Amino acid sequence: MSARDQIFGSIRRALAVTGEEASRKKIVADRIADHPRGVIPARGQLPDAERLALLVGKIEAAAGSVVRLATIEEVPAAVADYLRTDGLPLAARRGADARLAALPWEREPALAVTVGASSGDDLVGLSHATAAVAETGTLVLLSGPDNPTTLNFLPDHHLVVVAAATVVGDLETALARLREERGAGGTPPSGLPRAVHLITGPSRTADIEQTLILGAHGPRRLHVMLVGGPA
Amino acid sequence: MAVSKRVGLLVTCLVDLIRPSVGFAAVGLLEHAGCTVEVPPQTCCGQPAFNSGDRATARKLAEQVISAFEPFDYVVVPSGSCAGQVRVHYPELFQGDPNWQPRADAVAAKTYELTQFLVDVLGVSGVEARVPGAATYHDSCSSLRELGVRLQPRKLLATVESLSVTELADSDVCCGFGGTFCVKYPEISDRMVGKKAAAVTATGAGLLLSADLGCLLNIAGKLLRDGAAVQVRHIAEVLAGDLDAPPIGMPAAAPAPTPTAEAKR
Amino acid sequence: MSRAATSEKFDDNARRALADPALQGALAFVEANFPARRRAVVDALPEFDALRDSARDIKAHTLAHLDLYLEAWEARVKEQGGHVHYAPTAADANRIVLDICRAENARTVTKGKSMVGEEIGINEHLEQHGIVPVETDLGEYIIQIRDELPSHIIMPAVHLNRQQIAADFRRVHTDLPKDRDLDTAMALLSEARTTLRKKFLAADVGITGANFLIAETGSSVIVTNEGNGDLTCTLPRVHIVLASIEKLVPTMEDMAQLLRVLARSATAQEMSVYTTITTGPRRGEDQDGPDQYHVVIVDNGRSAMLAGEFRDMLRCIRCGACMNHCPVYHAVGGHAYGFVYPGPMGAVLTPSLLGVDRAGRLPNASTFCGRCEEVCPVRIPLPRLMRFWRDREFSRQLSSPVSRAGLAAWGFFARRPWLYGAVTGIGVRALAWVGRARGKFGWLPLAGGFTATRDIAAPQGPTFQAQWRRRAGTQGVAEHARTVPSGNPHGRGSEPQLTEPAASDPESRP
Repeated sequence: MSARDQIFGSIRRALAVTGEEASRKKIVADRIADHPRGVIPARGQLPDAERLALLVGKIEAAAGSVVRLATIEEVPAAVADYLRTDGLPLAARRGADARLAALPWEREPALAVTVGASSGDDLVGLSHATAAVAETGTLVLLSGPDNPTTLNFLPDHHLVVVAAATVVGDLETALARLREERGAGGTPPSGLPRAVHLITGPSRTADIEQTLILGAHGPRRLHVMLVGGPA
Repeated sequence: MAVSKRVGLLVTCLVDLIRPSVGFAAVGLLEHAGCTVEVPPQTCCGQPAFNSGDRATARKLAEQVISAFEPFDYVVVPSGSCAGQVRVHYPELFQGDPNWQPRADAVAAKTYELTQFLVDVLGVSGVEARVPGAATYHDSCSSLRELGVRLQPRKLLATVESLSVTELADSDVCCGFGGTFCVKYPEISDRMVGKKAAAVTATGAGLLLSADLGCLLNIAGKLLRDGAAVQVRHIAEVLAGDLDAPPIGMPAAAPAPTPTAEAKR
Repeated sequence: MSRAATSEKFDDNARRALADPALQGALAFVEANFPARRRAVVDALPEFDALRDSARDIKAHTLAHLDLYLEAWEARVKEQGGHVHYAPTAADANRIVLDICRAENARTVTKGKSMVGEEIGINEHLEQHGIVPVETDLGEYIIQIRDELPSHIIMPAVHLNRQQIAADFRRVHTDLPKDRDLDTAMALLSEARTTLRKKFLAADVGITGANFLIAETGSSVIVTNEGNGDLTCTLPRVHIVLASIEKLVPTMEDMAQLLRVLARSATAQEMSVYTTITTGPRRGEDQDGPDQYHVVIVDNGRSAMLAGEFRDMLRCIRCGACMNHCPVYHAVGGHAYGFVYPGPMGAVLTPSLLGVDRAGRLPNASTFCGRCEEVCPVRIPLPRLMRFWRDREFSRQLSSPVSRAGLAAWGFFARRPWLYGAVTGIGVRALAWVGRARGKFGWLPLAGGFTATRDIAAPQGPTFQAQWRRRAGTQGVAEHARTVPSGNPHGRGSEPQLTEPAASDPESRP
């Protein structure tokens, strides 16, 4: 008997089932197809302005920082501002994301923005989030050539652009939109990218005497540029 | 408020054997609230056996208790732990037994810890005792978590004349008694009761109260050994204004002068 | 130190722990901080208890349909180009992981924190076969270089202070200058970060655990704060996920429900910093990520737990709240439990992994105070499950002969009310007489452990029941003692007889 058969056999013996019961199969198929929502906290269910304010407050509570920008064209200047304020070299690395590629980088001629995944030598990574969750201040980033995963984790500073229109109240809504856009679940194959990253604040550890320190293995700073939306 | 209720007092083996004054205080409180109190012959609720894995003995003892207390309108227990055994664990013990489960369920449903019964069932809003001094209160784990009793004892204590009540830090943390635990793991139990005794003395109160004699014997034992100037009593004695008996672990010959008590009525 | 299981020596371990001042200092911090922090974050979410119900129901539903969700998940993983391996035992899991590493000629392996990895001893197995595993979670790294088991499932090195950690770093990081300052937690982290960054970039294989497997999407999910898990599963050519069967959840929505209770219960965060949903290996156009994605499904005794009263334990999401709130854990720490799972969840799980004959002391080391169950995010009735182990221990006659004899004697008298009344009446009067001068005892036979540090109050005198009968007699009210409760509605002859001879107790209340 294969190891697989052994485990399935043992589970089915324990549950006293065969695995062929039509009623059980339907229950499981329906649950996956319907993906019912459970309890959704009321705190994120807010009008636009309040939802954005909640997001900002939650990111800051998680030790991230946020600037509000009126338009995405302001991103290059905001990146340069951040680097100058922190006394960092005027350099950042980003992925191929078209929204970032289309920005007027020429307005910051001193800023050197390179493109591609990180090999560990970059001080600053720049990404575009696909969504953000106000409830907990969580950013949703998708792996792929547009926003390579290594940019989220290897640089010391992670700068993330979030469009106000993509800010949702709760995690379930963010995941449901992902499913709509990418075709995750339902009909195989899943359209989820290799990795969906839910990021809430910068890297941290409390493993030494329960002292909280930022920047364990990932970025020491997480800086969000929130673009558009009512103030 | 006078409600005529026929109450069976499950006095608990610890009160029966070590501190009968708690039983009489409980009777006094119940009778004053209009209950008719009876004490059917009884031994042990079976909790030590149940918690030691001896279900057969636990069942036998539970059957005795159920048979003895079935006739009453209510079963009242001056102990959260023993009340919890009847209320929560008897139904579990007889689960699926066609004869005993209905009987266990019925007795469980009418079983209450003393302060819970006074406040929630009888609607008692205050007592007529006067006990000058400062007290603190330890929640027994069973009272708190199995029975959800937290506010009831505090509500009653707040009406004791001249008594101030200070909240105990970490009042929801176990004192380390745990029935047979304190004998099986005396060093761990001692560490736990050491923390509890320290929290008690830190309140500055001269009187520690609780609704479980097991916890009280354990904490009093530690306070006594450490020479702490804290008296320890069951809450029923204070609520009844009946402080004739010396505090737990104190000799009868030289009753401590404070706190004094007098029933107003 | 050693990583060998010592659960059978719980009592000795505990005694040593109680006498270890450094450990006690660390534990005092856990006790003082975690319950209060969790309370604050829970109070800030009014839906928390409803979410616990939801979390419990999701796990219970999944376990009841585990075979079908496992099939659905497996199909999705394969569609995405991932590989699924099945390991009925720990040895199978170790062999599978080693085979994957060997096929890649792997020399070094980075590891994210994985409790099932600790359980099966994957590091030792790889080391024995010439492959170097490097733990990358800071706490796991520290205990790895000390050759210790974790003392907590969320904070593996919670038992150590920074001076101890600094000494270990100086011992192992041989290129460290002697005058290098390692006095602060920040300095220690900085040293570890530098050392481990090189390991991340050099590793051939990355091994992580999984907090969840999502049947709907064929994904594995890890939840971390450091970012080490993501570097582990992104940088090497091969990503291996070790996941036990109970990690499955049906959908992304179900994962979302569990995430809300997990972070709050574990670290008092609303959301951990990094939650990563991984689905298959690197895609064609990707610039990073592993070429191979393997999941090793580990049973190791869990499917058997599905059958009986321990199924509830398989709801556990490894948050550690039970140990953070356990007064016994606060007293003795995690190593006393002698295996990778300490505290209340370990007291239930370890006997099923090591056997109740080896780990039976763990479920006995509880006062059943119920604080663990009160905070469990998936509402596992931990005291009840510990009691089930005591039942098994008792029925297999594994518990101590002294305690069995004591209980048997108590049970004998307690089942015979008349005899009980007579014997206890004499006993308490004798004790009351002996103890009358001091009101307490400093020592009593059979209570030596208790009375080593505590006094025992002397009985007041005659028993309550004896005095009650006396009062009933003198006041002329109903003579309760001789009244058999009339209500035996069933009238069966086999009922316990509570009548006693009329020769009632002559004692009176003093």
